[in-house]
Amino acid sequence: MSEVGTEVKILVIDEQEVSAHAGQTILEVARENDIHIPTLCYLEGLSNVGACRLCLVEIKGSSKLTPACVTTVQEGMEVSTNSERLTRHRRTILELLFAERNHICSVCVANGHCELQSLGQELGLTHVRLPYRNPDLPVDASHERFTADHNRCILCTRCVRVCAEIEGAHVWDVMGRGVNCTIITDLHEEWGKSTCTRCGKCVQVCPTGALFDKSKIGSEHPKYPDFLPFLNMMREAQ
Amino acid sequence: MPVFTLPPLPSEDNRWKIVNGTMRKNGYARHALIEALHTVQSSFGCLDDDAIRFVAQSLRVPLSQAYGVATFYHYFTLKPPGKHTITICAGTACYIKGSDKLIAAAERKLGIKQGQTTADGEISLMIARCVGACSRAPVMLCDGELSGQMSAEQVQAQLERWAVE
Amino acid sequence: MTIEELDQIAASARSEREKFEHEINVCHGTGCLSQHSDRVKESIAQALQALGKNAYVRRTGCMGLCAAGPLVLVDPEGSLYQHVNPSHAEKIAASLDDKPVEELQCNLREHFDQQVHIVLENSGRIDPERVEDYIASDGYRALLMALNDMTPQGVVRQITESGLRGRGGGGYPTGLKWGTVAKAKGDVKYVICNGDEGDPGAFMDRSVLESDPHRVLEGMAIAAYAVGASKGYIYVRAEYPLAVSRLTSCLRDARRHGLLGNNIGNTHFNFDVEIRLGAGAFVCGEETALIASIEGRRGTPRPRPPYPASSGLWGKPTLINNVETFANIAPIIRKGSRWFAGIGSARSKGTKVFALTGKITNTGLVEVPMGIKLREIIEVIGGGVPGGHKFKAVQTGGPSGGCLPESMLDIGVSYDALQSVGSIMGSGGMIVMDDTSCMVNVARFFMEFCMTESCGKCVPCRAGTAQMHTLLTRICTGAGTMDDLALIEDLCSTVKETSLCGLGQTAPNPVLSTLKYFRNEYIEHIVEKRCRAGVCNMEAAAEVLA
Repeated sequence: MSEVGTEVKILVIDEQEVSAHAGQTILEVARENDIHIPTLCYLEGLSNVGACRLCLVEIKGSSKLTPACVTTVQEGMEVSTNSERLTRHRRTILELLFAERNHICSVCVANGHCELQSLGQELGLTHVRLPYRNPDLPVDASHERFTADHNRCILCTRCVRVCAEIEGAHVWDVMGRGVNCTIITDLHEEWGKSTCTRCGKCVQVCPTGALFDKSKIGSEHPKYPDFLPFLNMMREAQ
Repeated sequence: MPVFTLPPLPSEDNRWKIVNGTMRKNGYARHALIEALHTVQSSFGCLDDDAIRFVAQSLRVPLSQAYGVATFYHYFTLKPPGKHTITICAGTACYIKGSDKLIAAAERKLGIKQGQTTADGEISLMIARCVGACSRAPVMLCDGELSGQMSAEQVQAQLERWAVE
Repeated sequence: MTIEELDQIAASARSEREKFEHEINVCHGTGCLSQHSDRVKESIAQALQALGKNAYVRRTGCMGLCAAGPLVLVDPEGSLYQHVNPSHAEKIAASLDDKPVEELQCNLREHFDQQVHIVLENSGRIDPERVEDYIASDGYRALLMALNDMTPQGVVRQITESGLRGRGGGGYPTGLKWGTVAKAKGDVKYVICNGDEGDPGAFMDRSVLESDPHRVLEGMAIAAYAVGASKGYIYVRAEYPLAVSRLTSCLRDARRHGLLGNNIGNTHFNFDVEIRLGAGAFVCGEETALIASIEGRRGTPRPRPPYPASSGLWGKPTLINNVETFANIAPIIRKGSRWFAGIGSARSKGTKVFALTGKITNTGLVEVPMGIKLREIIEVIGGGVPGGHKFKAVQTGGPSGGCLPESMLDIGVSYDALQSVGSIMGSGGMIVMDDTSCMVNVARFFMEFCMTESCGKCVPCRAGTAQMHTLLTRICTGAGTMDDLALIEDLCSTVKETSLCGLGQTAPNPVLSTLKYFRNEYIEHIVEKRCRAGVCNMEAAAEVLA
């Protein structure tokens, strides 16, 4: 969450004049005004990493694309969130994600409740032009309540951040580099034998079916990540 | 703040004291993680789970974070190296001068792929991303000693010398 | 330490040297050391003793012309000997006060005449680990001048007026950067020297750190005074053990002489430097990733702003400059901004050090004034392509740069000119390729580099470089189609425009530039299943076609 000042800024997002507090991000202001910007790594209540690159927007006067989740508003800024150029890049980024690991929606526990899937539908992705990489990735079912299926992980690091920032356990992190990055628990040990507190927050914030609740297999598996802002608010109040 | 007690040294091995020394010099600050891992690797040859755990606990770094760091940097290795290490540079200048042929020759000779160690633990074949001796390309490092303008035959001859030892 | 004391050290070092009629400098750079120049030095010392000759033998840093190593320079005669081995020691010793040794002489006037040495002025002339040598060459004078006679603002102004731009590759105006950090609010500020020379095929920083480490420390100290920092870090690749050991010993010497530490030059200025070892990650050349690495974390970049100038190491205002940038500072303070601005081209001032390698006769390190034509560097200083082969391309900027064909050789070397033709200045790698290099394979080589060096944080760089590498490999093995080529161009655009940091944003450059200048080689691979350089193995594919 950005530090919100008292000063008011007026800017334009998609030809709509909006007002914002100094210090708010473009994404926050857009959401307040029901302007939809696609996101994957962003989650209200967690720190922003600007890694998925889906929330990139165009700002008049700059040829560079800017991530809406980490860019604070400026007076008189003119933001465009859904140009043809942006849609093209967003589709390619989604294609890259679909081709990177093994995403097979029809047999996924998150089918119908997956943020990657719904973004694909929203952006009209009908096929993937890129060669599928088909990596050979493990499934960790050692935990008594949850399972980690690395085939479905998009490395958004929401689990890493929620575990470190909210739960305070920092059981998850990322190992390796580049396409070989993998989320791990402790020293790359089985989740079931790790120092996991079993709070389940990582499962709730996971945007895909990579982390899921074993008891929900075969049934609807919606996730409820909305507890985060509330949790943050209650902690600040104390 | 609860009082923090340092974990005991993993074993009697004196090298742990060197590792501990690096961390002490840095006040057991979290940012000493990479420095400490460097000391572990130069003392023990590689980073194993016990070492990462010891360093992480001493510096109060989460285990997963320490493992993430150890696997991020290519200079660190989790597997013990062979008795000898041959490192062939695959930087741009060496590539242009045909380092791929040197690598292929070494792989053929040793029967292993780059990044691996022979089954008898004798020789490791590593690839470097430029050692900064580009003017002598293609170069190789034999147990750290640099030789330039190598040919596939010279690589094989070196490996044979080690095999005879 | 005061200026007077500095003068005394310099004077005594000089009078020490005057006791000898000759000086024999033996290059101890990495290139020459790998050919055992240390043994050459020993043998020469023994031979001199045996013959009773009066000469001072010195180990020096890199003399530049690594192709001809091991190099030995005899002064005051100025005879440069090449390919010297211990058996030549007696001849060289005997030649003093007599004619130079004919068969060892290196007669490459044109190689040296076109060069202008600022950064390398001491390289190959002083013993890098003897602070007295550095002081005798006006070392640390600029620091004491700045501390005694200049305000921090004055130092920033002088650097700004010199027109110096960052030598790490980006070309950001150095004075502007210093001014921003100087103005940033904060009691604690840091100065970081980026010595994470990750560009494969470049070794300028390694050479400067090995040949003249005090110069970099002095530059850092002046910067710290200008921006108000009292702590510095120098981030060096662990793959450069010689640079690290020389730096370590120089730091000790500088502290002992009161040139680092508290109350430098009897003023209230305190500054000390710590070495931090890199651990093999190209992305750590990016400043936010480098900071993460010094903080002991994974070297992943973060979105900017905030820039390190306002929030860098541990959230404090931080100045990050490259080794070569710091190496330019002391001469600018000593000789003035006007002198520096008089060298180079309109918008790129001073000199640039290049690591000239690949298919070129005189491989090694060269320092040339900005604006010099690429052709001059390659054909005159570099001595052209050897072995009767034909020049094909020159690559600058490493994995972030591009390949330029013969038709582009007449452009002058400057940040803007190189960018306008699809390459970049980069940190200074300059790799020459001849007709035995396949440009598609070169593009694939760089993409493989970017793929393995991508930190994995942002999607376009992590997955995009891997996809481009797959598609380029297809083309190199004869399995590529024109659709693949279209896909590669599409990916280039997305990775370039959407990646988080410079690594991803520039990763497509080698592909884009080879497509721009050597597109027909791609087409030949795809349609005719033919590699004109004979690098790619396309036999299987060609058979199918037949």
